[in-house]
Amino acid sequence: MEQLQSIPEQKNRVKKRMKKDGYRTLLLLFPYGLLFCTFIAIPIIVAIGLSFTYFDVINPPKLAGLTNYIVLITQDEAFLKFVLPNTFKYALIVGPGGYVLSFLLAWMLAQVQRVPRTILSLAIYTPSMLGNVFIGVIWKTVFSGDQRGIFNHLLMELDMIDQPIQFLLSPDYLMNIMIFISLWSSMGIGFLAMISGILNINEELYEAAYVDGMRNRFQEIFYITIPSMKPQMLFGAVMAIVNAFNMGWIGVTLSGMNPTPGLAGQLITNHIDDYGFLRYEMGYAAAVSVALLLIVTMFSKVAHGLFGDKED
Amino acid sequence: MANFQGSKMNPKRFSVSHLKFYIILIPLSIFMILPVVMVINNAFKPLGELFAFPPTIFVKNPTMKNFRDLFTLSGTTGVPMTRYLFNSVMITLMTVVINLIITVSAAYAFSKKKFRLKNAMFGLNQMALMFVATAVAVPRYIVIVQSGLINTWLAHILPLIAMPVGLFLVKQFVDQIPNALIEAAIMDGAKDFRIIQKIIIPLTRPALATSIVLTFQSVWNATEASNNFITDETMRTLAFYLGSLSTNNNVAAQGMAAAASVLLFLPNLIIFVLMNTQVMNTMAHSGIK
Repeated sequence: MEQLQSIPEQKNRVKKRMKKDGYRTLLLLFPYGLLFCTFIAIPIIVAIGLSFTYFDVINPPKLAGLTNYIVLITQDEAFLKFVLPNTFKYALIVGPGGYVLSFLLAWMLAQVQRVPRTILSLAIYTPSMLGNVFIGVIWKTVFSGDQRGIFNHLLMELDMIDQPIQFLLSPDYLMNIMIFISLWSSMGIGFLAMISGILNINEELYEAAYVDGMRNRFQEIFYITIPSMKPQMLFGAVMAIVNAFNMGWIGVTLSGMNPTPGLAGQLITNHIDDYGFLRYEMGYAAAVSVALLLIVTMFSKVAHGLFGDKED
Repeated sequence: MANFQGSKMNPKRFSVSHLKFYIILIPLSIFMILPVVMVINNAFKPLGELFAFPPTIFVKNPTMKNFRDLFTLSGTTGVPMTRYLFNSVMITLMTVVINLIITVSAAYAFSKKKFRLKNAMFGLNQMALMFVATAVAVPRYIVIVQSGLINTWLAHILPLIAMPVGLFLVKQFVDQIPNALIEAAIMDGAKDFRIIQKIIIPLTRPALATSIVLTFQSVWNATEASNNFITDETMRTLAFYLGSLSTNNNVAAQGMAAAASVLLFLPNLIIFVLMNTQVMNTMAHSGIK
């Protein structure tokens, strides 16, 4: 049939179909797009907008110019002295630390047979699938401040301490415990992606490299494994960063208070909660949120710089 | 020149050289799950054992009392546990199903359709991979209040449906389906809905399974909505209830908290174990280019 139609007619038909297809495409994208905009994109824009206002939820927002930012970087002592350094220390250890750890574990797991690998990787992945409440329950039991706390009991049995330590309420220990727990639960989908990435590297690449004079397994990792799985490495890096910031609730859950004792475990996410939902200073909380978004973006820029394709 | 004997990756047979990896991996794996095993054991301990000194990890006289308490006593909030469980199950089910439908249609459009701003829009989604929900807790709260969703199931469901990681992974998978297959279906007169149903869904099973696992974990364990968008106790979820039990110093509440932990943990584990192979399959295509 189509051959019989004149060329302009055919073109017309194609055009019509494209137009119809345009509506259908819109329909396919609409639900996701709407929810994406409502709960991710617009909230980010609103956060930026609110950060220039004073807003207490009850009265409409009042324009405040740069006041919130000025207060944030000049007068908010808790933010400058504790929250910011804490956040950087925590994110730098948990993000890159968790990342390197997940690569090393994934690499080791790739060296053993399939069945034990599946069992071991499930065990290592398990902590990351637990929600924050469950993680709180587990570690509050372990680090409980009385002598029934397992860790306290262990230390006392070993004669390393005489009195039980209030681990979760002590500014000296809280941060380290938070970092430890976050690393424990950071072997998530980034880790799974790395296992797959390593297993899917073409065997011939290794063979060629050995023929070309590659001598040991360290060279193998740096010259073949990592370059061949750059996309997975980048995905893993982004997931590691996000995970580090999404674990921000941990200090508050463990100590049971916001702000955390002595502000020792106070992270930027807790600072947002503190101002937004405890003091209802939403404008100020929004300014802190913008600071958080900037920090996350900065971290992810570094990851893209390391593993991304240079062309984009 | 070394004589090459295979990359030693993914070996088929056991070799003594694997032992060095097992020496590290096995103790580490035990360490990773030990705390989980401990909480599960706690759930079956009678109260005397739960508060015994010295503390133990494994249960000696297992009992179901904590579970009975959990189901029959209304804890500290005055609302029976079954109500929280019911909320959690319904919210999770609806979120997972709606998420699946929406994600697969958007992934299909992003992968196989041509439209303006496609790359920019997908790039936006890729940027949102590093989205940290706490940063928008305040605006989300405003959106929920303004749209009158406060104290409804939708306040739990809607914020968690658009999941950038899910769309990203599924779209990478749809990319693997040859265009010729879609074109052939169009020639045969199939519309988008049929193409999704007959081609996209069957061929992207692993990615969809992964998306289900991730959505499930994020909604089943979520407390953000219960904390921020819900003031009516009867509309809150099991994860929230566990939180309120665990911060309670009442002795019976500790046993109930342990039992509730198990109830919360088991579905996570079951779903992941069921989907494990599919998830690993998806991860091979997870790379960001």
